[in-house]
Amino acid sequence: MSIFSFFTKQTSAPTARERLQVLLAHERASVGHSDLVAQLREEILAVIAKHVQVDRDKVNVKMDRGEQVSTLEVDIEIPIDASVRAA
Amino acid sequence: MAKVIVVTSGKGGVGKTTSTAALGAALAQRNEKTVVVDFDVGLRNLDLVMGAERRVVYDLVNVIQGDAKLPQALIRDKRLETLFLLPASQTRDKDSLTPEGVEKVMAELKKHFDWIICDSPAGIERGATLAMRHADVAVIVTNPEVSSVRDSDRIIGLLDSKTERAERGDRVEKHLLLTRYDAARAERGDMLKVDDVLEILSIPLLGIVPESTDVLRASNLGAPVTLADNRSAPALAYLDAARRLAGETVSMTIPGEKRGLFGKIFGRRAA
Repeated sequence: MSIFSFFTKQTSAPTARERLQVLLAHERASVGHSDLVAQLREEILAVIAKHVQVDRDKVNVKMDRGEQVSTLEVDIEIPIDASVRAA
Repeated sequence: MAKVIVVTSGKGGVGKTTSTAALGAALAQRNEKTVVVDFDVGLRNLDLVMGAERRVVYDLVNVIQGDAKLPQALIRDKRLETLFLLPASQTRDKDSLTPEGVEKVMAELKKHFDWIICDSPAGIERGATLAMRHADVAVIVTNPEVSSVRDSDRIIGLLDSKTERAERGDRVEKHLLLTRYDAARAERGDMLKVDDVLEILSIPLLGIVPESTDVLRASNLGAPVTLADNRSAPALAYLDAARRLAGETVSMTIPGEKRGLFGKIFGRRAA
C-alpha cells in the first residue's frame, strides 16, 4: 500500500493471476482420481454416521482450497441424547 | 507428410473459428495444400467465416455416412487454389460423428494435403475429443481472461490423455495462441499479461493476436483475417504464427506495445 493507492484504482490482473494459480493447482491434482478433500469429507461423515445418528442438516462442512494447504472443517452437532449405535 | 493441427480451447467464443480460417489461409498462401475441417456439427460456422456458406453441398457427416465422396464435399477457396474447406453438418447432431468415420476421413485427407486444420467445437464432449483425436499439433486459443485460461488448462489435460498420440505414449505438440490481447490494458494491470498466461499454462507461445476491429470486419466480409487485409495487426500476427507452425523462427512481438514516450503520455488519454 502506498500513498498513491488513494488515487489509483487497484489493478485486477494480479488477483486474476493468483486465483488461477491456486485453482489450477487443485484441478490438476484432482484429474483422473477424485478430489482428495471431497473424498475425505464423505468418508469422515460415513464414519460418524456409523457411530452416531446425526441429522445431515446439523453437519456443517467447510472447505477452503488454499495455495499451500487446504482446510476441511467439519462441524457436527451431536445431541446429548443421540442414541449411540451398537458398535 | 501431412500434418494434422487441432484448433481448440474448451471455452466458446475465444476465436477458434477465426484462428482456423486465418491460419489455414496463411498456410495455403505459402503454397502448401491446406484443408480446414469444421468439427462443430450442428453449429457450423467455418463456412461463413471463410465466405463459402452458399457453396456447401455435402459435409463431413455425409462423407462419414457414405452419402458423398470426399472430393465432392471439399470446397475449394475462390481466392486461394491451395485452400479447401470441409464443412460440418448443420442438421445432424454431434452423435453422427463416429470415431471410425472420423479416422477414415482423416486417413484420406492425409493422402491429399500438407496441412489438415481441425476446428474444434467448444466444450469437452464428443465433437471436441474427435477433433483432437488425430492431431499432431494443437493450437490452444486462449483469451487473457480467467475462465478461458482455466478451460485451456483442462483441454491441455485432455490432449495429454485422450488423443491417439497420447494413447501410444507419444505427445501432441501444444502451442498457445493468445487472442483478443490488449497491450494497453495489460500494461495498466487490468488484463493478464502474456507472461502471466504463459507461466500458468506452461506451453510455448505461437502468437499474440491483438483485439482488433479488423477481425469482425473480416468475418462480415466472409474472408479469413489474413486475406481480408494482410497488413492489419491481427493478420500480421496470424501470418507470423503460421510461419512458426511451418517451423520457421520468427521473433515474437507484442502487438500494440511498441509505444514511445510520446505515445505513453498521449496514448493513455485515448484508451
